[in-house]
Amino acid sequence: MESLVIKVINKVGLHARPAASFVKKAQSFASQILVENITKNSDKVNAKSFVKILSIAVDHDNDIRITADGDDAAQALQGLKELIDNNFGE
Amino acid sequence: MKTFQGVGISAGVAVGPIFRYESQVIVVKEAFAKDPDVENERLQNALHQAGSDLDNLLQKARTELNTGSNEAEIFEAHAMLLSDPDLLDQVHASLYDKHYTAEYAWYEATEYYAGLIASMDSEYLAARSADIKDVAQRVLRILVGNNNSASKNISVPSIVVADELTPSDTVAFDKAKVLAFCTRSGGPTSHVAILSKALGIPAIVGIGPWMDELKPGTEAVVDGFTGKMFLDPDEATIKKFKETSTLYEESFRKAMEKTHEHAITKDGIKVEVVANIGGLDDAKSAVEYGAEGVGLLRTEFIFLERGTPPSEQEQIDIYSEIFSQFGKNPVVTRTLDIGGDKPANYLKIPEEMNPFLGLRGTRLALARPEVFETQLRALMRAGIGYNLKVMFPMVGTVQEVRSVMEHVRKVKNELTQEGIPFEEKIEWGIMIEIPSAAVMADALAKEVDFFSIGTNDLSQYTLAADRGNTNVVGVADALDPAVLRLIKMVIDAAHANNRWVGLCGELAGDGLATPVLLGLGLDEFSMNPRAIPLVKQHIRKFTISTACEIAQHAISLPTTADVRYYLKSFL
Repeated sequence: MESLVIKVINKVGLHARPAASFVKKAQSFASQILVENITKNSDKVNAKSFVKILSIAVDHDNDIRITADGDDAAQALQGLKELIDNNFGE
Repeated sequence: MKTFQGVGISAGVAVGPIFRYESQVIVVKEAFAKDPDVENERLQNALHQAGSDLDNLLQKARTELNTGSNEAEIFEAHAMLLSDPDLLDQVHASLYDKHYTAEYAWYEATEYYAGLIASMDSEYLAARSADIKDVAQRVLRILVGNNNSASKNISVPSIVVADELTPSDTVAFDKAKVLAFCTRSGGPTSHVAILSKALGIPAIVGIGPWMDELKPGTEAVVDGFTGKMFLDPDEATIKKFKETSTLYEESFRKAMEKTHEHAITKDGIKVEVVANIGGLDDAKSAVEYGAEGVGLLRTEFIFLERGTPPSEQEQIDIYSEIFSQFGKNPVVTRTLDIGGDKPANYLKIPEEMNPFLGLRGTRLALARPEVFETQLRALMRAGIGYNLKVMFPMVGTVQEVRSVMEHVRKVKNELTQEGIPFEEKIEWGIMIEIPSAAVMADALAKEVDFFSIGTNDLSQYTLAADRGNTNVVGVADALDPAVLRLIKMVIDAAHANNRWVGLCGELAGDGLATPVLLGLGLDEFSMNPRAIPLVKQHIRKFTISTACEIAQHAISLPTTADVRYYLKSFL
């Protein structure tokens, strides 16, 4: 199991299109991936569920912790980090 | 005939009968079924059907919306909900553990998440909550066998009036049958606003107070330019708007043919028509619509949505690429114009009670000199060989201009000392958008090379009314005589000091204002690229002396309504 903490700098947080891109990316990995919003002290939720990602209301500048468990855990964390660092390709 | 005032969110004019669109919301009561397997299969089939419906809708949206539009992606997010693992797990559990019917299991789970997300107190999430309900209803309609979406009942081309329109609603309509959209509420950033603009359908929002009077079948006129709606219009009004509608399309087409020629008045005076842009894509469309340069390059896009300020080199690359689109034509670049209402945390703007009267524009630049000077360095270096002019936003006093120009001198000295080449012949100007700056224009003209009047903010600050606030619609009108008199003061003061004046608010692209601005002596008209062809065409219709007479009369009128009425005869 691996995890990392990352700050979401995107203007709208993980709400609109970025939330959809994030979930889509998470779904491309076999590992179980969980996300929690550290800033808001949220539950750990399934990164592959759009409704769950919306429910932790990740705003601009919130810190999130992503935990991945599975064969491609390292790639999953790397892939999701790149997505956020590249501002969701916007 | 009755007249209602809403907020115009998508340009164009429509005449026709009203079609009341009531989105039929299916509400499901708790109900149990014998065989969970049967219910599960019904649900799977409905989800499958909904998925392929969404696919079709996505294709339709992609074909009908302008290419490059992101709006079609709304439907991709919808499709994602149909296969959401956690949502489906919950539905599955209530089918098998609680023996709910497929309808109720689905309804209960989607309502739960829609409610949860709506409770987060965020505008973005409220819209996602609406998305979940939109998808939930799509599946329920299939489950209960009510697949006749109300949008299919529209028989003749109509003005569609609704409480609200979901993205699915908006796109599902047969475009040949929709003349205009009108909704009770919503703002310029709502789904209906974005989609109707992309579809090229006139639209008005904020007609809530008059909803009850808008009976199905009643004849109406919708003016998406002004946000006005006329109910039971008389023959003359109908005729006028029908003509406007055809004329608009016809004249736009004609104007496009000549848009790459200069705008020269009847008596041979060439007027500069340039574009407002906010990035490289705009720069390309500006050229396509015939802009002879740029009157306002907004640089905010480089600074927002990031954790650290953009580096000098990063900025140089972006500016150079944009400048290169315009060759020797002028590019008036505005330095960073943000305040507490826009997110750029690295600027550490304190939370303010009223960001529009707070630390923003040039005030912010002066408070964050390192960010400001980096931008100045990048502009001066990227400007080599181009016709670059730089202006500062939200300047209210002579002292601010002097402080700003102090930074310009400092940056020049530093570059010289470091032996780094930069463009020496940059003109420096200010935006006139605070009333104090308009009043002090004669003193300010001695400090800078040019002015650019920002009429959107100037009218908001002069009339103390927010243009986006539906409670004070129409108050902050740039054609208010008070604003026109300020514009005259600014132009006169500038010309007396041999300075040129541009105008980059929406007024510049409004044909109604063209003769007034010409007559007041405006040197440069800067507008959204799409407005350029018609304004150029309009300028060609006047002589400067006629325009002067029109302008003089317009500013002598006592009310905005008088001004608008008077100017209509010259359209």
